[in-house]
Amino acid sequence: MVIKNPLMQLFGQSPFKPLQDHFKTVLEAANEVPGLLLAAQDNTSNGVGESRDRIYALENEADSIKNELRSHLPKTMYLPVDRRELLVILDLQDSIADTAQDIAGMMVVRDMKLPDLMHAPLMDLTNRCVDACNQLGSIMEEMDQLVSVGFRGPEADKVMYMIDELNKIETETDRHAVNLMKILFEHEEEIGAVSTIMWDRVIHWIGDLANFAERAGNRHRLLLAR
Amino acid sequence: MELIALHGSTLLILAIIFGVFMTWGIGANDVANALGTSVGSGALTVKTAIIVAAIFEFAGASLAGSSVTKTIRKGIIDPELISDSPELLIFGMLAALLAAGCWLALASTRGWPVSTTHSIVGAIVGFAVAGIGVEAVNWSKISQIVASWVVSPVLGGGIAFVLMLSIQRLILKSDNPFFSAVRYAPYYLFLVGFVISLVTIFKGLKHLDIDLNGIESTAVAAAIGLITALIGKRAVGRATANENFGADDMTAGVERVFAPMIVFTACAMAFAHGSNDVANGVGPLAAVYGLIQTGGEVAQHLPMPTWILALGGAGIVLGLATYGYRVMRTIGSRITSLTPTSGFCATVSAALTVVIASRTAMPVSTTHIAVGAVMGVGLARGIAALDLRVIGSIFLSWIVTLPAGGFLAAAFFFMLKGIFT
Repeated sequence: MVIKNPLMQLFGQSPFKPLQDHFKTVLEAANEVPGLLLAAQDNTSNGVGESRDRIYALENEADSIKNELRSHLPKTMYLPVDRRELLVILDLQDSIADTAQDIAGMMVVRDMKLPDLMHAPLMDLTNRCVDACNQLGSIMEEMDQLVSVGFRGPEADKVMYMIDELNKIETETDRHAVNLMKILFEHEEEIGAVSTIMWDRVIHWIGDLANFAERAGNRHRLLLAR
Repeated sequence: MELIALHGSTLLILAIIFGVFMTWGIGANDVANALGTSVGSGALTVKTAIIVAAIFEFAGASLAGSSVTKTIRKGIIDPELISDSPELLIFGMLAALLAAGCWLALASTRGWPVSTTHSIVGAIVGFAVAGIGVEAVNWSKISQIVASWVVSPVLGGGIAFVLMLSIQRLILKSDNPFFSAVRYAPYYLFLVGFVISLVTIFKGLKHLDIDLNGIESTAVAAAIGLITALIGKRAVGRATANENFGADDMTAGVERVFAPMIVFTACAMAFAHGSNDVANGVGPLAAVYGLIQTGGEVAQHLPMPTWILALGGAGIVLGLATYGYRVMRTIGSRITSLTPTSGFCATVSAALTVVIASRTAMPVSTTHIAVGAVMGVGLARGIAALDLRVIGSIFLSWIVTLPAGGFLAAAFFFMLKGIFT
């Protein structure tokens, strides 16, 4: 016997849990990036390949969560927050995974070795960008709490504070990126023109990890501000 | 008239069988909807829900079920028009019961969203139009009833919205939600106990020979509210004893406070449901009983026999015990996005609305009011995701159920008329 009634139809699948799951997967991919870059500098192409495979697999997994989530979020779904904001956050989270994938792709298809003196600044930038993603991860973990209190009250204040922190981290990553670019261009003769251009690109991508995290954080601000 | 004298007891037995069939259907399907928000919030087990339902459906039906029963029994059809052929009313009421019962059984096997109230009202109107004539229907009463179907879910939603906002303002937004919850919880319970008993008691217990005036009613209701609050306070105290919720799990603490309160809302809702929906089954039965007792006097003023209300309550409990628990389990496991606070708001608001509707003698759909109340909570940002497509399915259930009940009732009416005359 089919049991189906208006009350049951009324309750849609909550998008917040899948959104959290999506970001957990994305975050795993982002956290692979420092290891990937280290492997690329370390002459162990095996490590690079393995890292790339893991990032690609995670990106795939994130994609399927994303598609599943979108298909459960029709226009008729009424949420405590603007549905469009959630979709934007989902897109930004997805961009983080895509960016990690781009970086991994580049490390595999091209020999991307840098002079030793650039390793430390590169890892400083990368780690800080991943920190930004992890900060967004902590914000995402608060989401189910926020849902249960209607995105208001002390819990909302706490998350607002976490978003401020995220903004600070992102500002720091900008400083790290400028610093690294400066060193890159100072050594452009030694590195070679094509490599310099490629690294310029990769550094932007690494910075993008933090940028997308910050933009997603700012969307969270809008969820709380309504 | 001779027909009633000849076949009176046969017709009464039929009416009892059909009436129990109908209330069985209500117990099997409808009660689960009424208690779905309590079970779904995770704070009430199916077993507790069934015990609560068995006691309070019965209480609601016997204490507060008479007004709506009266509407179903003699509010929809103008009795003057058929005073010379009362057997038509007997056949009609039997047909209406059978039609609504069958329609509900069919609909629930197919998973269609139907309302017991709409089925029986549609069925009564259907047999009246087909068997007696369009003028036999009290259309002004029908328009009131139909209006109440629109107004009641909106009212339930409005109450739920305000209640949820107040909980957010007083508890969730405060510096220490856990302590605020412990402090304010008894007030909410007082409100539930007070309003529901006031609405029920205030000139509502005449059929039990209890007639209290305004002040007496208020005093008794306040006492019941106070008792509810005290029991609730103890339950909350026990559930949260030796626990201290720090800043990190404040909301978890609030839910721990509201969880034991859910059982009170379930009681209120079961009571409300019994007071309104049992009439769908026993109203026609009471009409048949009245006609047979008076030998066909249509415009009688017999008091509502309490045993009929009790029979209705028993039918509901039977439906619940044989099948309803399964529906309840399914609903409870599917509605997972309700927290104890939002479940509390939704259930209390729905219960208040249904009890008020019962006192104004309006047969309303408990399910639709529950849907309205949940939407009200959602509007106050209390629920993770609501699929508004359900509004469409509610409209559809109006459009389909009314004529379906009507046509079935008309067919059964002519069959019964053919058999007995």
